[in-house]
Amino acid sequence: MTAVARQRPTRPTAKTGRGEGGLIDLVLRFRELGILGALIVLVAVTTAINPRFLSAQGVEDIFLNASILALLAVGQTLVVVTRNIDLSVGSVVGLVAFVVGDAVSGTQHGVLFAVALGVAIGAACGLVNGLLVSLCGVPALVVTLGTLYVIQGLNHYIAHGEQISAAEVPDAILKLGNGDLAGVPYLPLISVAVMLAVGCYLRSYPSGREFYAIGSSPEAARLAGVPIRRRVLTAYLASGALAGLAGTLWLARFGTVVADPARGWELDVVAAVVVGGVAIVGGVGTVYGAALGALLITTIGSVLVVLKINPFWQEAVVGLLLLLAISADRLVALRLARVLRKRNVRHG
Amino acid sequence: MNTSAPPTPPRLALVNVSKAFGAVQALRGVTIELYAGEVHALAGENGAGKSTVVKTFAGVHRPDSGEVRLDGEPVVFNGPADAQAAGVAVIYQEPTLFPDLSVAENIFMGRQPRTSLGRIDRKAMHAAAADLFARLGVALDPRQPARGLSIADQQVVEIAKAISRDAKVLIMDEPTAALTGQEVARLFAVTRTLQQAGCAILFISHRLEEIFELCQRVTTLRDGTWVGTEPLDGLTADDLVQRMVGRELEELYPKQEVAPGPVALKVSRLTREGVFTDVSFQVRRGEIVALAGLVGAGRSEVARAIFGVDRWDAGEVEVDGTRLPPASPTAAMAAGLAFVPEDRRQQGLVMDMSIERNIGLTQLRSLRRASGPGPLISRRVERDRARDWALRLQLKFSRLSDAVGVLSGGNQQKVVLAKWLATEPSVLIVDEPTRGIDVGTKAEVHRLLSELAARNMAVLMISSDLPEVLGMADRVLVMHEGRLVAEIPRAEATEESVMAAATGRRVGKEAA
Repeated sequence: MTAVARQRPTRPTAKTGRGEGGLIDLVLRFRELGILGALIVLVAVTTAINPRFLSAQGVEDIFLNASILALLAVGQTLVVVTRNIDLSVGSVVGLVAFVVGDAVSGTQHGVLFAVALGVAIGAACGLVNGLLVSLCGVPALVVTLGTLYVIQGLNHYIAHGEQISAAEVPDAILKLGNGDLAGVPYLPLISVAVMLAVGCYLRSYPSGREFYAIGSSPEAARLAGVPIRRRVLTAYLASGALAGLAGTLWLARFGTVVADPARGWELDVVAAVVVGGVAIVGGVGTVYGAALGALLITTIGSVLVVLKINPFWQEAVVGLLLLLAISADRLVALRLARVLRKRNVRHG
Repeated sequence: MNTSAPPTPPRLALVNVSKAFGAVQALRGVTIELYAGEVHALAGENGAGKSTVVKTFAGVHRPDSGEVRLDGEPVVFNGPADAQAAGVAVIYQEPTLFPDLSVAENIFMGRQPRTSLGRIDRKAMHAAAADLFARLGVALDPRQPARGLSIADQQVVEIAKAISRDAKVLIMDEPTAALTGQEVARLFAVTRTLQQAGCAILFISHRLEEIFELCQRVTTLRDGTWVGTEPLDGLTADDLVQRMVGRELEELYPKQEVAPGPVALKVSRLTREGVFTDVSFQVRRGEIVALAGLVGAGRSEVARAIFGVDRWDAGEVEVDGTRLPPASPTAAMAAGLAFVPEDRRQQGLVMDMSIERNIGLTQLRSLRRASGPGPLISRRVERDRARDWALRLQLKFSRLSDAVGVLSGGNQQKVVLAKWLATEPSVLIVDEPTRGIDVGTKAEVHRLLSELAARNMAVLMISSDLPEVLGMADRVLVMHEGRLVAEIPRAEATEESVMAAATGRRVGKEAA
């Protein structure tokens, strides 16, 4: 190797890195910072109009509401970075909330049992999705749209028009949803813990990086010997399990559960993830961004209530936000491509 | 089989391997043995089966019959991971990087240096990548994303990846196609070091002089069959071409002499920022003009811009005296342009659709008019027109309603040509018209292009296949790094003059 080592670098120009590398880094950080900025502006403006918005109760409500959505967004991120999607999470949350509620009603079962059962049911649903997508090669959109309806139907069949009443649910479980640790409610603590764990896994572990590799270029991942099927299966398993956990927390928070309570949430989750900067075509994005996206969407819901705007507007606002986020992405991508194109020419 | 082989078993070998894709027999009984400390060349024309050999070594394809042997023992690679575990590193023709990940991550995917906690040690990873780049003599930033790297830099990343694996076997599928002379010299230095370290290397290149410079033995393939394996010592370039082509060159390039007519396509100072700059040329009726250059020189991009697929930033395009609006393929087609793209699977054809539908796709309006009054297209009219073109191009098919996906590469290319010729264009742009098709069909495509020119069509042909460029073109335009650097008339066009211009050496002009 010495012969090579002695060769002088032939193109020292390539190392303009810092300036442009810094720019690229900034562009990639742009999303998280952008959401944070939007969040701050939103809160500031709303508080200026109605100071009670930032009351302890108001803030706690937002965090409680955002927790479950953020949990789902974290799971969804795992799936979306591999260039797939999981639309069944809303149905899974509903099924788990109902079935776990049914199982613990009138018993003295504890938190551990409820969480274990919920996660197990969710993981089972995720396993079905994952097997169909990774082994059978059916497009994820179709598979999870199918399981969305199947699980929904199952939930209605099991519920049979009944509902779970909070009075029947053991206190220990309800306490999980409404209690706190040193003043901080359990729910956001759980979500943050999960977010940090998954975020660290995706960033710092070799198998975590493979999720991004698969989404960035499936063909290159195949040629690099990345175990694509196993990773995609894992992503669905995790998304299902987290949806199961979210279902249990739903039960713990509300106590009273009707059949299919989280109907339509899958779209909120996907919106949160995309707004949070996870590219819908995979390869890019973090769970932190996704969780921030969930917080932003939830906050908008509360803001509309505080500002006494017809709640029907909420969906329109979320939709607008989504379009804005995607347009911003597109603009940034074009800008970036231009910068890189020019740089290429300079370096020949 | 040969006398120069060392007595130890080959590091990696294909023994009597056959492989078919659908109806296309890609390899028939091919044997190649790669020995430690030797650089082995694989020669053959486009479509001879070289890439299939590469992918069989890489574990991407499994042989239908025959076997892969590692150190003399039969092995089965169930996927690229197995081959990598066995010490096989592959540098593909088209770099296969993860655009969203950093350069360092691309190199170390799956083998990242770890801390004691099992987490990726980013600092160590970046340092290791920087070290590799230093050894290769390039100054790339390990932190930058792979998106936006030039092809040459992407190639460097691939090489760094292979070196970091301590590969026992290194397979390089046309690694020099996009490199400048200096970069090639650097690559060769690295390759020789690996060779001395006992690595077995398979090297593929279209540039014969590179084969002679770097390799010790050569295996030649023709139409998927093994022609021979022999030492390069005592062999001439002509011998090698003879083995690859297996027939006289003239027959493969049946170019008719035509007196050029009026200018049909006029491109003036066309620029797309960062892609190509200030490109001007004309193509007359009856002429075949080749656009040569290395991969990534911007040839396809110019063609795409002319046809209106991509936007251009400055300049203008005229077809038969009519100025084309930018970025409108519809207007380009109406003006008489036809564009046969480089990638027929992705861009040229709808693979699941039938032959007749694919051919009819470019002329839905005229098919409707031909179908009589009313807004509907008659299937009979569509089928008649498709059959007419299928016969004219000697397409081999069983039924016109078959999906084009089942046809061989050469026949698929004929369908793309039929689809565009049916629009009766005055200017035909073909991008790599014979890439990956068999020699027989290749000659047919060449004859067709020659006939079209003789019948007063203007043909602009982009090709990376130098013999094809030299054999077919009346004039050769050469691009280098987004600029048109040379225009060489047929009489003066040689491999040397074209390559010199394409790699940025100015020898071409002096020769002219």
